[in-house]
Amino acid sequence: MAAKYDLRVFPGFRAVTLFCLAILYAPLVIVTIYSFNASPSITNWDGVSLRWYVDVFTGPDSEKFKYAARNSFIIAIIAATVATCIATLAATAILRGGRFRLRTVSFGLVSLPLMVPEIVTAVATLIFFNAIGFDRGLLTILLAHIAFCIPFAYLPISARMQGIEATYEQAAMDLYATRTLAFRRVLLPLMTPGIVSGFLLAFIVSLDDFIITNFVKGAGVETLPTAIFGAVKQGIKPNIMAISTMLLGISVVMVTLSWLVSRRDATK
Amino acid sequence: MNTSTTDAIDIRDAVKRYGDFTALHSVSLSIRDNEFFTLLGPSGCGKTTLLRMIAGFEDVTEGAIFLFGEEIEKLPPHKRPINTVFQNYALFPHMSVLENVGFGLEMLGHPMQEVRKRAGEALEMVQLSQFAARKPAQLSGGQQQRVALARALAPRPKVLLLDEPLSALDLKLRKAMQIELKHIQRDTGITFIFVTHDQEEALTMSDRIAVMSSGELQQLGDAREIYEQPRNTFVADFIGETNLLPVTVDEVQGGRAACHLPGGQTLTCDASAGVARGARVHLSLRPERVIVAAQPGVESLKATVRENIFVGTDITTIVDLAGGEEFRIRTSNSDRGRARIFEPGAGVFLNMEQGAARLLTD
Ligand SMILES: Nc1ncnc2c1ncn2[C@@H]1O[C@H](COP(=O)(O)OP(=O)(O)O)[C@@H](O)[C@H]1O
Ligand SMILES: [Mg+2]
Repeated sequence: MAAKYDLRVFPGFRAVTLFCLAILYAPLVIVTIYSFNASPSITNWDGVSLRWYVDVFTGPDSEKFKYAARNSFIIAIIAATVATCIATLAATAILRGGRFRLRTVSFGLVSLPLMVPEIVTAVATLIFFNAIGFDRGLLTILLAHIAFCIPFAYLPISARMQGIEATYEQAAMDLYATRTLAFRRVLLPLMTPGIVSGFLLAFIVSLDDFIITNFVKGAGVETLPTAIFGAVKQGIKPNIMAISTMLLGISVVMVTLSWLVSRRDATK
Repeated sequence: MNTSTTDAIDIRDAVKRYGDFTALHSVSLSIRDNEFFTLLGPSGCGKTTLLRMIAGFEDVTEGAIFLFGEEIEKLPPHKRPINTVFQNYALFPHMSVLENVGFGLEMLGHPMQEVRKRAGEALEMVQLSQFAARKPAQLSGGQQQRVALARALAPRPKVLLLDEPLSALDLKLRKAMQIELKHIQRDTGITFIFVTHDQEEALTMSDRIAVMSSGELQQLGDAREIYEQPRNTFVADFIGETNLLPVTVDEVQGGRAACHLPGGQTLTCDASAGVARGARVHLSLRPERVIVAAQPGVESLKATVRENIFVGTDITTIVDLAGGEEFRIRTSNSDRGRARIFEPGAGVFLNMEQGAARLLTD
């Protein structure tokens, strides 16, 4: 009898599902496949080859891309590290600082940026830097990335921390550990999966960011996404597909890792 | 027996409020050195709250707590030489059993060599030496419980707090742990403050018991005192089984009070302090202190047998008093030779010796 109400047997359900999946994934699949195309055309298939991957590293545009990639990775690593530290401290304060009155407000303030349209954040950040007379360059990108990475790092960290009962720290303090030692020796190790997961998420969000970066970067400063965008404006070449595919690969690996790590339960 | 002049823990007029709710109403009690002390009471009466105030996890709204004469209620938990066995054990999941047990000594700054040696000794005391390298998750509930005990004992605290440590264990293991805890307490000489809602457990293990209800201390005494001389109806009812009968006092003379039940039957018993003529009070009669007989004795009540229930070592007889009140009598099976078992419907006398019935004014 239950099968009668199974969503999957609704007429047309299968077709709608397939359609949605196709819209979601077809572009990615096509880009990935054509990145291995031997032809310089982006529409005609001419056999499998790695020439565009080679082109990315040695071709005429390679210097531009290497420079952009270096910026991207430096910014992503620093931004993710700083954002993770701040998010860890914020989570500790909000979840372990007792029942202070602004607890709900604090949580809202930390996670609200996730809901704000990115273009708004981008414009606001730009105006902010202009207002305080900050020269645009790598540093402005870095500061902006740190800021918008915090909520992404915060979510897995706070989710993790909520699963850790307060009695562990109380037991540590009962056994003569100061508050700091209880944090370092007990809470921090138990939180590690959440912290790693938060770092990976922040890293990938920073690495992939385009809109905010494009607004706050100075003239001549490029990250991978802005460099790709710049190249695309002059016409799509297959090497763009190769770069995009590599970026996609890194994202998938990071997100998978983040998921695997956060799934590990240290309290079991 | 107790030679020390200072009490291990002295709680003076401790009040605990959470907002508008008062969890503890001015509790005062002293716990002696080397004592196995039990806080007993139904769930929600404030036992955990009191224990957490002694450990330092809850601040004291009003009042003071002394540890061997030193005022401690302002000290943070890590500065109090008191350790806790938590209800859910709270073993550190990322550390081995040995690291868990050594944690307190390590935090006290002992050299690692000594930490390992003394942690090993503590593990030996609970017979878990062979599990030193395991993680807590690889142990059974009973073993985790012993690790928690070893961890709290290893730093040799002045007072050990145990919050319903046995409640998660099955009956057989619980009985074994009761005996083991008692032995460990005697061997180490550490003052134990043990929390339970199980009155039988409290009676078995404790040197002294504090009975609590709704955030108030009801009675303090050893097992015999609180069982045989309950101070009020709550204690009489909560500790063991009893028959509580509402009575009216007719006359008080020479330390004896004559009273009557609602059904009109009369009875005399020892008058407790504050009982006056005309007072409406309760009479507590333990089921095992009453004998069912065909002939009346010195003190008797008339009743009709309703049923007999066989409960292993005992037989419980339920009777209706002449006024309609239900009354239970317990007869030990080994007494069957002397005590007669009557068929349902039989008219009988409930005979009791002087002093069996206790008048309770509140
Ligand atoms: N943090 C708290 N905030 C509000 N009320 C609490 C808090 N902790 C305990 N209480 C209340 O105090 C009373 C006593 O609780 P507790 O000491 O845990 O009882 P017990 O251990 O005897 O079962 C309960 O009514 C409980 O709801
Ligand atoms: Mg409790």
